[in-house]
Amino acid sequence: MIKHLEKVPVINKLKQRLFTDWIKPSQLKQAGILNMNKRNVDYIARYNDRSAYPLVDNKLKTKLVLKEYEVSSPKLLEVITEQHEIKGFRELVQKLDGFAIKPAKGSGGKGILVITGRDGDAFVKPSGSKVDLADIQRHLSNILAGLYSLGGSPDVAVVESLVRCEPMLANYSYQGVPDIRIVAFKGYPVMAMLRLSTQASDGKANLHQGAVGVGLDICTGEALHAVQFDRSIEHHPDTGQPLNAIKIDDWQKLLVMASRCFEATNLGYMGVDIVIDEEHGPLLLELNARPGLAIQMANGTGLLPRLRAVEALRRPHFTAEERVAWSMAHLGAASKPLSQPATEIEASEPVAVGA
Amino acid sequence: MSRHSKTPFYIATLMLILLGIALAVLRNQSMGVPWLPGVQQPVWLVEARIDYQAWGEPVTVSLNVPDNAPGFATLSEQAASPGYGFAITEHKGDRRAEWTIREADGPQTLYFKTRLIPADSAPSPVASTKTPVPTQIFLEEPRATAALTLIDEAGSRSSTPTSLARELIALLNSPKPDQNTQLLLSDTSKIDTLYQLLNYANTPARIAEGLVLEDARRAQTLQPYLQIFDSGTWVTFNPRTGEQGVPSNTLLWRQQSGSLLDVTGGSDSQVHFSMLRQTIPALQVVRAEADSNNLGALSLYQLPVEQQSMFRMLLLLPFGALVVCLMRIIVGIKTSGTFMPVLIAVAFVQTSLLPGIAAFISVVTLGLLMRGYLSSLNLLLVSRISTLIVLVIFITVGISVIGYQMGFATGMTVTFFPMIILAWTIERVSILWEEEGAHEVLVQGGGSLLVAVIAYLVMSSPLAEHLSFNFPELHLVVLGAILLLGQYTGYKLTELRRFSPVRKYL
Ligand SMILES: Nc1ncnc2c1ncn2[C@@H]1O[C@H](COP(=O)(O)OP(=O)(O)O)[C@@H](O)[C@H]1O
Ligand SMILES: [Mg+2]
Repeated sequence: MIKHLEKVPVINKLKQRLFTDWIKPSQLKQAGILNMNKRNVDYIARYNDRSAYPLVDNKLKTKLVLKEYEVSSPKLLEVITEQHEIKGFRELVQKLDGFAIKPAKGSGGKGILVITGRDGDAFVKPSGSKVDLADIQRHLSNILAGLYSLGGSPDVAVVESLVRCEPMLANYSYQGVPDIRIVAFKGYPVMAMLRLSTQASDGKANLHQGAVGVGLDICTGEALHAVQFDRSIEHHPDTGQPLNAIKIDDWQKLLVMASRCFEATNLGYMGVDIVIDEEHGPLLLELNARPGLAIQMANGTGLLPRLRAVEALRRPHFTAEERVAWSMAHLGAASKPLSQPATEIEASEPVAVGA
Repeated sequence: MSRHSKTPFYIATLMLILLGIALAVLRNQSMGVPWLPGVQQPVWLVEARIDYQAWGEPVTVSLNVPDNAPGFATLSEQAASPGYGFAITEHKGDRRAEWTIREADGPQTLYFKTRLIPADSAPSPVASTKTPVPTQIFLEEPRATAALTLIDEAGSRSSTPTSLARELIALLNSPKPDQNTQLLLSDTSKIDTLYQLLNYANTPARIAEGLVLEDARRAQTLQPYLQIFDSGTWVTFNPRTGEQGVPSNTLLWRQQSGSLLDVTGGSDSQVHFSMLRQTIPALQVVRAEADSNNLGALSLYQLPVEQQSMFRMLLLLPFGALVVCLMRIIVGIKTSGTFMPVLIAVAFVQTSLLPGIAAFISVVTLGLLMRGYLSSLNLLLVSRISTLIVLVIFITVGISVIGYQMGFATGMTVTFFPMIILAWTIERVSILWEEEGAHEVLVQGGGSLLVAVIAYLVMSSPLAEHLSFNFPELHLVVLGAILLLGQYTGYKLTELRRFSPVRKYL
């Protein structure tokens, strides 16, 4: 009898882990959560042309192409393509305080070296640790050898100017620059979140490494929910800042930027990463042809109703401004008609066109 | 980008699956390949024993042997007769076993053994297109009159040769035979009388001889059966009971006219039969049949044995691929390297599970330790992997040798692992470790191992091996299933957990 009682809490815990942390497919459907298989088959495979991939998988190409579409990104300082150019790196950085070195074909934060300042001959990283010129030169050589690129193919190193995060946002983040991920579908911004790096994520804004995701209302740019490792949180784990008061300024400008990337790349379904610079305002960091699904958790709602609403549009809008206006009018957290059938959205469509 | 209709795809896939199933069913039905491994099939072993006295001259013994006996298929035939030449001859449909010897003296014994499988769909009794001519029968008075009376009597109650035969048998078997019957049966046996009567009535009739099969019977003799020709086939009657058709336990040993046994150069010849019921694996039967009638053209058993064993492994791979598809698409388990688990599972099949897992984990762990040093050398990818391959080979050789010295023969099994796959696995795991941390290594490594074990369990199951090799067409079904899985856009099992916080927002 006593034995039996002792076992109960353990069993309950096990029971909870095994049985209660689940959700029914019908509930997920109700919430409109887009899942991995559907994303791959119905969105990425259908709306993303293979030929556009090299453009987004190469940060240098992305940068150059987007320039023509009036989407600004951190200033390109230098491209290092050959081993012998590395020797001249000293002259190049002579007059620079801060800069970032990235492999053009890198992903997931691999091989990114951010230098925020100088301390004599040494270079200072965001964490405060220092590296010297030789370290940087070896890093450059590794990038050229393809250490960070997919499949180890030879790569080039991109040196761009340092993004100094706008102070209000920088407050929230632990080391590293926070970035804003906007999922754009056929050029319509459909969902957004702010990614704050943490100690767990090692100063990188990668959600699966433990960065905090804060869902942003498409209509206003205000914070909705915050998650870390797909589970809800209220405060930033390192900075202790409450996460529900965040509001992004110039929200519409950001959305228009994201929307323009559609014309530039022709990718129907993509993730647009934007950082906000103290001096230059929003800058495009990179594009992603396979954006993750965690953004839904940060927003507390699914992508599917929004994607369907865009798919149901009979007359798509032709300018980024029009698309953003439509998105802000129909996809905001306050405008809740999306859980209802798509026909209602269509009914209100002409109004949006006029807007 | 375009959204073309998927209906043709689904129809094609469905047809692929149906085709696979239909072919498999066909193989099962027509060739008798069993669905399950280890299905046993009863087989009758019938032995004819011939005894005779030889006269010390050249001897020829010829025995009629079964040829397309209804209800049975011959599996093998064999003669045991030291010193005799033996051959099976066929002449005008009369199939005979023939023994010959230059000189024999005294009592002689010869054996003829045949193994028969009861076949439910009797191979059609050689459809003789041309109607045989009734044998000319000459009867003397008063038998002729008696015969005619009987034939008239039976004929008035019948419409076809079959019913005539049935009526005649009934008359001869009646408990109170009339004068005519008594007269006819007085000096002739029932079966001969029937044979005479029917042929006299212009109905082709012959006497066949059958053996009632009962397990472990010895010294049996053949029983006569009446066969008449009606609308294209020979219809068999039991003259003693009037029963029509061949009972399933009766083997018609001799159907053709012609004697059962001929002996030249000897006398006092006798044939006795003994029989035994055995069971053998149904597959063996199929193989033997395929060999004997060249029906197996579509079967992999036609290949040389060496190639067969290679195909056995090869044909299991689709099942492994299916497992990986299921695990990744439906369950959502993360693996490092998409099909690495299948290749590991293939190695497990050869090493057996536990030694395989132990060997795999130790090679990968040792490899990871060495890779740690390699990563500080900043080698290019190709040379890094190549170095790893060499190191992995060193490790496997090391493990085998040390294991062998310590008396573990299982250490040798490590050589079954594909070295290049191991090297890649180590490389991936190590990159994963550097970039995502130990947790992710555990998740993906554990996932890969889990999928490998499941794939192993599926691939090493006797059923999978049986089906994949004996019903190669079932791979069309596997292919269809994989294609359909590629269209699955529903939630993965792991996503039901990952997205569970959504409940809060509902
Ligand atoms: N120019 C820069 N200035 C400051 N930090 C940067 C700069 N470029 C990138 N970073 C930091 O590195 C992270 C990853 O950069 P990103 O260009 O998105 O590469 P990846 O494809 O590897 O994610 C960003 O989230 C940001 O924190
Ligand atoms: Mg990024």
